[in-house]
Formats: sequence, structure tokens, C-alpha cells
Amino acid sequence: MRWGVVTFPGSLDDSDALLALEALGEPAVSLWHKDRSLQGVDCVVLPGGFSYGDYLRAGALARFSPVMESVVRFAADGGLVFGICNGFQVLCESGLLPGALIRNRGLSFICAPVHCRVEETDTPFTRAYGQADVLTLPIKHGEGCYVADPATLQALEDDRQVLLRYVDAAGRATEAANPNGSLRNIAGITNAARNVFGLMPHPEHACEALCGGVDGAGFFRSVRSTLTDGLPTRTASVPPGL
Amino acid sequence: MRAKVYVTLKPGVLDPAGKAIERALHALGFEEAHDVRLGKYIELHVDGDATQAAGRLDDMCRKLLANGVIEDYRFEVGD
Repeated sequence: MRWGVVTFPGSLDDSDALLALEALGEPAVSLWHKDRSLQGVDCVVLPGGFSYGDYLRAGALARFSPVMESVVRFAADGGLVFGICNGFQVLCESGLLPGALIRNRGLSFICAPVHCRVEETDTPFTRAYGQADVLTLPIKHGEGCYVADPATLQALEDDRQVLLRYVDAAGRATEAANPNGSLRNIAGITNAARNVFGLMPHPEHACEALCGGVDGAGFFRSVRSTLTDGLPTRTASVPPGL
Repeated sequence: MRAKVYVTLKPGVLDPAGKAIERALHALGFEEAHDVRLGKYIELHVDGDATQAAGRLDDMCRKLLANGVIEDYRFEVGD
């Protein structure tokens, strides 16, 4: 199996994603935004950065690049797509994930480590973690405030599509632990089919002890397990109200 | 045809930039200013007559210029 990391004009973390995958022993190739071919990769990473200068809206223009046409088809066929930061914004703008990411509540660009709680572990992206594990991951964004209408939020909760939430060190999803104003402290979500994942924190910057921690490696290991062993068994959703 | 497109945040969507502008206005003594919402204004030229242009502009807004999850839009066609 092999990974593909897309480079858009303005991508910044494409090479870091490739380095993280290399450190984890994962074979990966670079995918160029003008190419339609995904070179037969098994998982596509949309990296962080400022694709197309964030013109109009963050992620709005990248969705029209030739490579994204292929990524949308790949996702529709069940291919695994992993969007980090700007990649998450691109996935929302593309309609592959619900909701949108808007300006941080405090207006400032934030570059800091945060705590995130793993909400679900029966997905291709989080199976290597334990339920409610608290991870330390860096964020660095100006537009990371996740919003969606109330019906969409409820559907995400009912279907257990929220995979990651901002929490304090003790694992509590408090207002104070919410760095950017994201509704319900949402830091990462998956789609209904659970093959597309977007998150604002940067797991690729947390894969080597030298760089401050390895808490991000589990996302990549989860995908590796999925592609090697097949999809994880999905546990039944708890009916709303229980 | 000249066209003007206005993209605004939907009511209820958090607008921290609008809030910051409001605070700055108050700091300057414009205490009467409230509910500041920051939007986008886009000018463009569209080929075709006004009716055709309006249909195409609506398409442009839905597909690119506005994000329907968080934004509303309206446009004016003509000089």
C-alpha cells in the first residue's frame, strides 16, 4: 500500500506529511494539483497550508483543481481521504465533509499545542487509539472554527461522526479548552461513509519525539491497519437520548 | 453587463471580525453603531443580456462565490 500527499499552490505541510510518513516507514508519493492521476495510491492526504492563498475562502479554490476531481471520485468509490488543517477546509468546501471552517473566535492566528480527545475508535482513521484517549497535537490556523447548522451537528453526533474534540488536560470538553470557538469543541469529523476524515490539528507534526511528541502517529497507523487488515468493525450507534 | 455581488454571513454565524470592528467604532466614539457584520463585495463583467447574466450569476454564487453553509448572497445586474 502507498500514500499520496497532494501539493496545491500554497500548500506548506506537504513535505512534513511526507517526512512523517517516511518516519513511520510508510511509502508515500507526492501528487501534483494539476495531475488527474492519483498514481494508484490507497490513501490521499490533503495537507495543511494556504492553498491558492486562501483567496475568497480557505479551501474554496483548491476544490476546482484537476487533482480534486480525482479525489472526489476516489472518495465516492470508498477511497480513504485524510485532510489536515487546510486539507480539512478543502474537504468541507468540496462537500466531502459537512459544515465549514470560519475565522477563529478570537481573530488571532493560533500556533500552539492543544489537547484533543479521541471520540470514536471504530473508524479507519482512529482505530489505533483507545476510547477517550487525550492527545497533545499542535494547531496552527486562523480559520479553524468549525460551524454547521443545528440539524447537521445533531446528525454528526447521532451517527458518531465527531472523531476528535478539543478538551483540557483532564479530557473535559470545556469552553476554556476550545481554542477557536468550534461548535461543540469539534476538532475533527468523518463523513457518513467513514472514509473521509478532516481535522484541524496537525498529526504529521506529532510523529517524532524530537519534534515534541508522537501522539499524531496513531492516525497514520490506523489507516495502515485498515488497508492491511480491512475496515474496522463498526460498533452500533447508541440511540439518541441514552 | 456590469454586476455587483454581495456575500454576507448568514444570521447567527459567528463574526469575530465584525465584532472587532464594532469595538473599534465604539472606541472612536461611534457608540450608536451596532450589529456590525463584515461581508464581501465582488464586481465583475458578465457577457450576455441581463436575464442570461442573472441566471449565470446565481450559478456562480452557488458554486463558488458564496458558501451556502455559512453565507447568503445577492447581486445586482446592470450599470
